[in-house]
Amino acid sequence: MPEITSPARMAHLERLIQFVARHAETAHFPTQRIREIELAVEEILVNIFSYAYPDTTGDVSLTCRVEDDLRLVLEISDTGTPFNILNVPAPNVAAGIYERQVGGLGVFFVKKMADEAHYRRDGDRNILMLIFGRHRHGAEGQEHAGGVQE
Amino acid sequence: MEIENTGKEKDRFIITVTGRIDAVTAPEFETRLLDWINAGETRLIVDLGGLEYISSAGLRSILTIAKNLKTKQGKLALCSLRDTVKEVFEISGFSTIIPVCESVAAAVKEK
Repeated sequence: MPEITSPARMAHLERLIQFVARHAETAHFPTQRIREIELAVEEILVNIFSYAYPDTTGDVSLTCRVEDDLRLVLEISDTGTPFNILNVPAPNVAAGIYERQVGGLGVFFVKKMADEAHYRRDGDRNILMLIFGRHRHGAEGQEHAGGVQE
Repeated sequence: MEIENTGKEKDRFIITVTGRIDAVTAPEFETRLLDWINAGETRLIVDLGGLEYISSAGLRSILTIAKNLKTKQGKLALCSLRDTVKEVFEISGFSTIIPVCESVAAAVKEK
């Protein structure tokens, strides 16, 4: 499976997102869906860059494949602090301008955009698997009952 | 990301942003707008017709700018949002706290 490994730093964000976007482009995913996938990838990577290695530097690895041009399967892994991002509580998206917090919005987007999200700790690695279909589930505003684990 | 002042209508200061507002470019976006605000422009219209992508980092900057303008009795309007950007605003609930207009012309007409 195609893989890319890079230092977990903001300077590499664009290259890592492009690695994933190219797979979706090759499989002719719709442009809007590719932007949605890029959004989910950015939110996960920025979190890793910011929090995975508080006292040191480290790497992040991405593996990506598209199954039958239908499902993009992505794994993002790091060897930083054990952390399941899927446990971050959802923000209050109905809060007014003064009460509004942006914390938690990133993972909220990930859960909205991915069909499935699964976290596992494997040895010294945090591994987040995200699966994206060609179109976003619940795009009509309906929460789908799929496999996103809370 | 490209950002520039593309005009002024009545007292409304018009800014055009194209490209992507992500975790890398959001700080520049925020700094440029805060510089204009600190120079006295407190009624801003931001034309996002050429913006193809925004992430939570960009929303954080927009929230900072909107809160800053509130303290100055200023006003922020965003206009011409494209599909993906509009979707991000709707999912996050930002479309209910930041005025969004169809076009710059429509935003100028708002009080």
